[in-house]
Amino acid sequence: MTSASTNDIEFRSVAKRYGSVTAVSDINLAVPKGAFVALLGPSGCGKTTCLRMIGGFEQPSEGMVYIGGQPMNGVPAYRRPVNMVFQQYALFPHLDVEQNVAYGLKQMRPRIAAAEIARRAQEALDMVRLGGFSKRRIHEMSGGQQQRVALARAIVNKPKVLLLDEPLAALDKKLRTAMQIELQSLQRELGITFVLVTHDQEEALSMSDLVSVMNTGRIVQVGPPQEIYDRPASLFVADFVGKTNRIAATIEPGANSVRLANGVGLAKPARANGTAGAAMVALRPESISLVRDSTATLQGTVTHRIFLGSSVEYSVEVDGLGDFLVTADRRSIDESDLAEPGERIGLRFDSNAMHVFPA
Amino acid sequence: MRAFISSVYLFLYAPIALVVLFSFNAGRSASEFTGFSTDWYGKALGNTFLVSALQNSLIIAFTSAALAAVFGTMAALGMERLGARMRALFDALFAAAIVVPGVVIGIATLVALVAVFSFLNPALAALWPGDRPPQLGLGYGSIIAAHGLFSMALVTMIVKARIASLGRDIVEASSDLYATPLTTFRLIVLPQILPSILAGFLLAFTFSFDDFIIAFFVAGSKTTLPIYVFASIRRGVTPEINAIATLVLFASLLLILTARILMREKRSKSGE
Repeated sequence: MTSASTNDIEFRSVAKRYGSVTAVSDINLAVPKGAFVALLGPSGCGKTTCLRMIGGFEQPSEGMVYIGGQPMNGVPAYRRPVNMVFQQYALFPHLDVEQNVAYGLKQMRPRIAAAEIARRAQEALDMVRLGGFSKRRIHEMSGGQQQRVALARAIVNKPKVLLLDEPLAALDKKLRTAMQIELQSLQRELGITFVLVTHDQEEALSMSDLVSVMNTGRIVQVGPPQEIYDRPASLFVADFVGKTNRIAATIEPGANSVRLANGVGLAKPARANGTAGAAMVALRPESISLVRDSTATLQGTVTHRIFLGSSVEYSVEVDGLGDFLVTADRRSIDESDLAEPGERIGLRFDSNAMHVFPA
Repeated sequence: MRAFISSVYLFLYAPIALVVLFSFNAGRSASEFTGFSTDWYGKALGNTFLVSALQNSLIIAFTSAALAAVFGTMAALGMERLGARMRALFDALFAAAIVVPGVVIGIATLVALVAVFSFLNPALAALWPGDRPPQLGLGYGSIIAAHGLFSMALVTMIVKARIASLGRDIVEASSDLYATPLTTFRLIVLPQILPSILAGFLLAFTFSFDDFIIAFFVAGSKTTLPIYVFASIRRGVTPEINAIATLVLFASLLLILTARILMREKRSKSGE
């Protein structure tokens, strides 16, 4: 059991049921103090339920949730040292910006002096670059500004943990990128543990230093973003995090090789521990290079090409295996000229780039 | 088509317009306009029977509306916590209370009250230490109770609609920001639903003030304004009745208009 003092949040064998429906089960997670953790998964995977159990809006049906080493079961939301940024911001429409931000400070006991509350509210608004907006009504603010008010309203209380429920989902792409950077620097500045719920794998990978991938109510993999991407623990993770090509295959009994569905045999990657039998191979689009070489491992025909500026995405119909997605650096084809749709092409990759999972 | 619509409106509003017009009649006739005068308003307000009936009506309307506003709001808030099935049941019950005809409510309330009184009065007489035990009977209390119950359903429906549009989010946000449930109610929920409570109060007031049927059954010896008007009409329609009717009409219109504005303003704000 990990020592409570180094973990800000800990789930121990937590399950949540609604009647006969199990929302999450068997949740074990330890988030170190000051970490930025992302709960990543498709909608309905239980990530929001986990967040709400930290916030105190739901109580676990089984197991324990700890915050800062203290058991939180049965403790209502208003007695928890956490604050949440809600998906739809949930700002109070009848209060102005400053009153929204000061709301939490005003509820604190022992009471904080009015002047101190005003000073800290202003400080929080300055931090999210809304210093001049304190007297504005909420409905006079744009979506991005409301988002920052919600953020200021949460961080002004200096919580142990900040919970973020898909906070950027309602923003347009440019604003979202700006907010991602802002959130990251804010987190470093404040040293508060951040828990981010998102279904956007790019957001999870780019912002957090610990990703917990969830599916159908369970945590399927926990690790740093790079590890999640480079060493997915299951086909689901490989598929959900980043793009992937799925290839049906068999692991040869005894022989140290993998036979793809089209009969091509390849060396089994050192990491793969699958036993003999049917398997699924996941291969990242960027680990494949296109070569004009008829002796390459796989051969196919280019069907589509999408030019993305710094890189090019190809759709390749591979002989006997179907459609492959290949992301190529612009210069991967000789002399920076690009493969043409309809062209016969070879695919080359390091067999260690394959992720082999039991089917 | 146009002519048809015009005649519908004419049919609806011409009688009301005539009442207003004849309230300013100089003569005694309710069918022949002989000149403009406001005499009948003075006469109406100088009539002690009428003024005491008006007083009764105001007391009953205010009290029953206030009770309905408080209990209706509590009911609306309480229903939030019910499960889906129970909530549907109570929704249906409240809607039923509104659509049941006044005659039925009147009779039912009368029968119920009389039954309760005939049970309680002997018991009170037996237990009372003094010589003259209080007699429970029909009067203010019974009208207020009957109106209050009906209006409560009205207030509940209005406040419930507002609570539904409020969203769970801001209540949770308040709780997340360390506010106890009571503080959340005081600082977040109440300010948002107050206009709808007020609208409900005004509608309840208007309903009680204008109601004849229910009051007629349970009033006992008390006379409310509609009951007075009904009684005096049997002695012939005078412009004095028209003057009263006009006053009641405009007071009611004003209240209902205020209620509409209160409800609409909140709706447009919540849409943002």
